[in-house]
Amino acid sequence: MPALINGWLNRGAERCQIDSSNMRDKSLDAEFESMPGGIVGAVRRTLTHWGDTVVESVGMLGDIAMFGWQVMVWLFTKRPKAGTLIPNFYSVGVLSLPVVALTGTFIGMVLAVQSHYQFKAIGMETKLGGVINMSLVRELGPVLAATMLAGRVGSAIAAVLGTMRVTEQIDALISMGANPIHYLVVPRFLACLLLIPALTIMADFMGIVGGYFYCVVIIGIDHAQYLRNSREFVGGFDFFSGVFKSLFFGGTIAIVSCYRGFHCQPGADGVGRAATEAFVLSFVLILVIDLILNILLDAVYFSLWPRGAKLF
Amino acid sequence: MNVASAHDQAIQSLGSNEKFLVETRNLSLIFGRQTILDRISISIPRGQTLAIIGESGCGKTILLKALVGLLRPTTGQILFDGIDLQSLNDVELTKLRRRFGFVFQNAALFDSMTVAENVAFPIRQHGCPKGQTPRRLILDRLAEVGLPDTVVAKKPAELSGGMRKRVGLARAIILEPDLILYDEPTTGLDPIMSDVINELIMRTRRKYPVTSVMVTHDMHSARKVADRIILLYPYTRLSKGESQILFDGTPSEIEQCQDRRVRQFINGEAGERLMEMRATQAGHGDLETPDMHEYFKKKKK
Repeated sequence: MPALINGWLNRGAERCQIDSSNMRDKSLDAEFESMPGGIVGAVRRTLTHWGDTVVESVGMLGDIAMFGWQVMVWLFTKRPKAGTLIPNFYSVGVLSLPVVALTGTFIGMVLAVQSHYQFKAIGMETKLGGVINMSLVRELGPVLAATMLAGRVGSAIAAVLGTMRVTEQIDALISMGANPIHYLVVPRFLACLLLIPALTIMADFMGIVGGYFYCVVIIGIDHAQYLRNSREFVGGFDFFSGVFKSLFFGGTIAIVSCYRGFHCQPGADGVGRAATEAFVLSFVLILVIDLILNILLDAVYFSLWPRGAKLF
Repeated sequence: MNVASAHDQAIQSLGSNEKFLVETRNLSLIFGRQTILDRISISIPRGQTLAIIGESGCGKTILLKALVGLLRPTTGQILFDGIDLQSLNDVELTKLRRRFGFVFQNAALFDSMTVAENVAFPIRQHGCPKGQTPRRLILDRLAEVGLPDTVVAKKPAELSGGMRKRVGLARAIILEPDLILYDEPTTGLDPIMSDVINELIMRTRRKYPVTSVMVTHDMHSARKVADRIILLYPYTRLSKGESQILFDGTPSEIEQCQDRRVRQFINGEAGERLMEMRATQAGHGDLETPDMHEYFKKKKK
């Protein structure tokens, strides 16, 4: 195991060195030059490009998995110090609260606005509570909180770690006997993992308040019926599944962003790209994981309650 | 069992019987398809101050990083005090790193921490030596590199380049390592500050029984500080079979060296590079190279 850790650390630094000389591009260019012209050459070039992209993405996925594995190993080998944990918890949790609460409120109201006319047309306005709150608790709350976290925290993590890589601060850490995964990644991972459920609950709650406010106060749907429909339709399992999914989102954000920061290329452009790619990659992965988890959770749900909850 | 404990002792000991503190044996480093270092063998005796000189891109910083295990050699061995770095696991390597001090090119101070926290970092990792308090140690080391007490609460961003370098030096020597590595210590500093750094390196050398390796392309600094100079030449520019180490000897010997490339480096002459440049220029003026043609064609589109 330690050999793996060393090999891995080496790779991050190595890549930083390689990229500074654009080694990769050169080797590919040399291959292109040796290809014939005309249609045959064009086809071969395109195929080479595609192949290169595919190989690179598969390699990166494997790298991220290895990185995640290292984080898991270090998570249980040595406890992180409070001095490194608290600032991360503060910036991930406390500082994300306002923005998560605000977006949650608005998404609740937007849902109310969007679905109101359709439900009014069939005379089912009082059922709005069930629909809005169900979509919030199961889907929008967790995904929205995760998106905000990926944008606010994920790209910041990638930029900070990327700058540390480029300015040799990560090398300095290693040379003084600190393990960068233990020292830099584990605290960030824990902060994202442990605080994203809280942020999700906050987004859920504010969304419910927002939806209620628009439906009951502005449109004037009956307060008691709105709440009764919500309570009957949204169950404990729905709430649980949202929070459960958010744990995976948080872990993904932390690992992808730290990975991207560690493998940052030199220069302002490199750090900028690391930050952007950290967000884009974690967002895509959030949606993919969301789909998979939804399928699994649905299977569990219907095996527990074969009849399911019915809106009408 | 016996072997393991002897091994462990060697890692922690502060003076074993090995004549050479650091040794590389046929060390090669290859990134992808690019060879950076090719079969380098250097032995550094205890107490020596070695300057590795060479032009940018010849791999001297990479050699320095390989010496402390920041980069793993592709082939070959690195021995520190007789211990093969590659045979160590992570925990052992961490223990061993207490005996290294690394001064990075741009100091590599942690910018989220104050100067005092930066200097105290090795203490936090490895513990405070007996009979010392961290506070005393930090102030002593900062005074040693000529920084006033007022800097301790400052963030690295508030310091000048020379001050940052000195904080980096204070951080490297706080636990009195056996080996100090300097990565271009005078690069980017004014002549006066460069000389201050040179003096500090020499003073550190006098005060502690330390072995130093310095990577630089500042000939003045190398002549002044080093007992021994090694000139490293870029692998791609060598003719086949030649060693990357063009010169290995004392500062006075390098003045006598007759190798054209060594003379060019110590006198700071461009030599054949000028001809290469002219050839490139002529190439572009005469006729568009296929590369250029392709580039402009793409641009037009």
